[in-house]
Amino acid sequence: MITFDRFSFWYAGRQVPTLEAVDLRIGDGEFALVTGRTGSGKSTLLRAVNGLVPHFTGGHVEGRVVSVGRDTRDFPPREFADRVGLVGQDPLAGFVTDTVEEELAYGMEQLAVSPQVMRRRVEEVLDLLGMAPLRSRPLRYLSGGEQQRVAIGAVLTSTPKVLVLDEPTSALDPAAAEDTLSAVLRLVHDVGVTVLAAEHRLERVLEYADRLIVVDERRVCDGHPSELMRTAPLAPPVVQLGRLAGWKPLPMSVRDARRRASTLRADLAAVPLPTRSEVGDARDGLVARRVTVTYGKTVAVRAVDVDLRPGEVVALMGRNGSGKSSLLEALQGALRRSHGSVTVAGSDPARIDRSQAAGLVALVPQQASDLLFADTVEAECRLSDDASRMPSGTTRAVLDELLADESVPNASHPRDLSDGQRLALVLGIQLVCRPRVLLLDEPTRGLDYDAKGRLSSRLSALARSGLAVMVATHDVEFAAYASSRVLVLAGGELITNTATSAALTASPVFAPQVAKVLAPVPLLTVDDVAQAMVSSAERIGLS
Amino acid sequence: MATLTAYLTRSRRTEQPPVRALHPVAWWLWALGLAAAASRTTNPLLLGMLLAVTVLVVAARRSDAPWAGAFPLYLWGAAIVVALRLLFRCVFGGDQGIVVVLHLPLIELPQITGLTLLGNVTAESLLSGLYDGLRLATMLVCLGAANALANPRRLLRALPAALHEVSTAVVVALSVFPQLAESVNRVRRARRLRPAPSSGRVARLRSLVIPVLEDALDRSLLLAASMDARGYGRRGQQAVLTGRVTAGLLVSGLCGLAVGAYAGLDATAPRYLALPFLLSGLAVGLIGIGLSGRGVVRSAYRSDSWAAADVATATSGLIAGALFSVTAKVDPHYLSPSLYPLEWPQITPVSAVAVLCGLLPLVTAGRSPRAYVGASIAARQHP
Repeated sequence: MITFDRFSFWYAGRQVPTLEAVDLRIGDGEFALVTGRTGSGKSTLLRAVNGLVPHFTGGHVEGRVVSVGRDTRDFPPREFADRVGLVGQDPLAGFVTDTVEEELAYGMEQLAVSPQVMRRRVEEVLDLLGMAPLRSRPLRYLSGGEQQRVAIGAVLTSTPKVLVLDEPTSALDPAAAEDTLSAVLRLVHDVGVTVLAAEHRLERVLEYADRLIVVDERRVCDGHPSELMRTAPLAPPVVQLGRLAGWKPLPMSVRDARRRASTLRADLAAVPLPTRSEVGDARDGLVARRVTVTYGKTVAVRAVDVDLRPGEVVALMGRNGSGKSSLLEALQGALRRSHGSVTVAGSDPARIDRSQAAGLVALVPQQASDLLFADTVEAECRLSDDASRMPSGTTRAVLDELLADESVPNASHPRDLSDGQRLALVLGIQLVCRPRVLLLDEPTRGLDYDAKGRLSSRLSALARSGLAVMVATHDVEFAAYASSRVLVLAGGELITNTATSAALTASPVFAPQVAKVLAPVPLLTVDDVAQAMVSSAERIGLS
Repeated sequence: MATLTAYLTRSRRTEQPPVRALHPVAWWLWALGLAAAASRTTNPLLLGMLLAVTVLVVAARRSDAPWAGAFPLYLWGAAIVVALRLLFRCVFGGDQGIVVVLHLPLIELPQITGLTLLGNVTAESLLSGLYDGLRLATMLVCLGAANALANPRRLLRALPAALHEVSTAVVVALSVFPQLAESVNRVRRARRLRPAPSSGRVARLRSLVIPVLEDALDRSLLLAASMDARGYGRRGQQAVLTGRVTAGLLVSGLCGLAVGAYAGLDATAPRYLALPFLLSGLAVGLIGIGLSGRGVVRSAYRSDSWAAADVATATSGLIAGALFSVTAKVDPHYLSPSLYPLEWPQITPVSAVAVLCGLLPLVTAGRSPRAYVGASIAARQHP
């Protein structure tokens, strides 16, 4: 169905190829999963399937790609519209029309499908993806999961043989991600579409994949998931658990693992739980009482009480649109609250000026790049020193301290940095005034397992140094690693405020994979399990 | 019993017939007709009526769609046009006329320029500024009305396939502009999170403009890629020569149309420039469009057909324009009231009827579907 034949690609002006000598054969009806570190060329690989690379991006190509019987060298992307359906990372950015129904019909209009056939296919796709009630809704006001399903539906109406999805669930909360994935799986099983999908959060899709394609350092290798996963650099928690416990063959799903884990569960049940580190008093961190935020008549946050203590990392979870961002901004003081009080070290960050507030609470927004506007990292650091009236070099020093093993060259443009590096840069800038409280809004979007791990250890190091940290996130695995307490918002109200181990083992939607495998043993992460196994071995050795 | 239920459900349905949005071209013809009418007169009463008619129709018939929200901007623009005209009359007006309303000190510029500044401000010069400004303002508001009432995407669909390169750009712009406002908002909110750079306005402006532009650029590229991947502008192989010929035809046709339209609207231009140029430009352009459109094959999901309501709406505007043009030839006095000597402007029954024709869309166009009600709040919750 798709054949890559010694395909290499250089972006214009680059000496090093982004992809080198790729050989791939993806058969009819397969579900192939593409994985790899951020910036490893996954998107380039996907966009080569319908010729957007190189026709749209420019650049130099060697070798060839044949998709559904057509060579991408001979045809522009638009001539692949009836063969390959491509859905980008941000569905909203790819919408051409205003309403769901028009969007579904758009591709067919370009293909000159007759109006009767169009009507029929629109209805079929609306039913297939469960979107019939949405048909006349404006696209901009759909939820993230709905938008993603519309984007998939909009390419499906052109009856492509191949569906290419670039991180279809990266922006979605766990429930919306499940919706989108089950829609995709239905297509694979019932309609027989060949699917090629890139995904960072392998834990969600690995079990369904027929073929795994690992993009690493320009090279691409592919094979059956259970074989490749033995050595793959990025692996979901369930596979890491399997590697740790030495299970063969490796489990790909929670179900596989749970059936093998009975002895492990019994061993670990006797081990005392790991104790989390001590935390300070909330009066040295942040105390918020009955914080309420309204937009017009809508109440985004309703009477929420939050205590953030120095030394702890708190995860803030909840559906898309449940008020997480509004709460963070209200705590930082940038967003006006309509009721309630926020106190950080005796003063209210909303009532003092911006540069003083920066010394109390720092917030890293969802789109961290919104804060950057200089040409180079160096200039950005200089601006930051200057704005916060710190001696020059302070920001760079904070940044270096944060980065530890990674490097962010002074001369590079902030846009050319990887997502993880850019996040570190923004963190450095926001931490230069040595605030007491650090708030982060969805920092894990677009980060691979390694980058997430680094972020998690950075945050716990910051907490150990006396900061109170709160992270809004959809990513259950990240929350399990990074946080010691979980707050859950629903419809603007705080519904849960407990220790991470209790919060994340209580509900099936929010449980991380390790907890699902080991329940009722309340361990959340592979590291926890490794530690518990060591102490269990010690106990056995002692007795 | 079953028939009764069926009857009841049906009757409930007929209570709220599906609202059909008017054809965008109909709205544009209506608005252009009114604009043409406005261009023919300086009578403030007639212009005021035209303004009132336009604003009334927009207020009653626009939807809550993003493009409709720009109408107040046109009103502000119109107000600024009038205010600037008045200001210029005060500053550069000289002292034509006899009714002095304001004494200002006269500033003589060096002899060689032959200009004076300020001096006595007369009612005549102020009124002439007001009339001129009003005329321009009314035309501006008419264009704004067309923009607010016609769905721009449906309008693009009415364009011939050959213009697809142009329409790609327009579609991208249409989608990116509302998002631009959103990203300005987002970046401004984000900016409050970081201590302000102390090194002056330029740096502060940069911190807003650069992230917003980067965002807009990224989005435009993504949208263009998506349109490309979904088959926009598919065509068979077209010879290079055909491409050049059609481009030449299109450009010369457009030039002809522009000259013709200018001459047609400006009553002082020579007549031979108006209709002949307009028609020949149209003909050349159509040939070009026909040639280039042959390669592109498209179909329409819900084709925009012309119904009686559309024809009536378009006609009402065009009648207003036509009546004013005819009156301008037959009886120009009422359309441009005398300033020297000052006279009260008057209205003839014909011109009043012509303006009131413009109200017809209140009858022909249904209330636009309110799909967007409450959505802006939802949007803020899903930023």
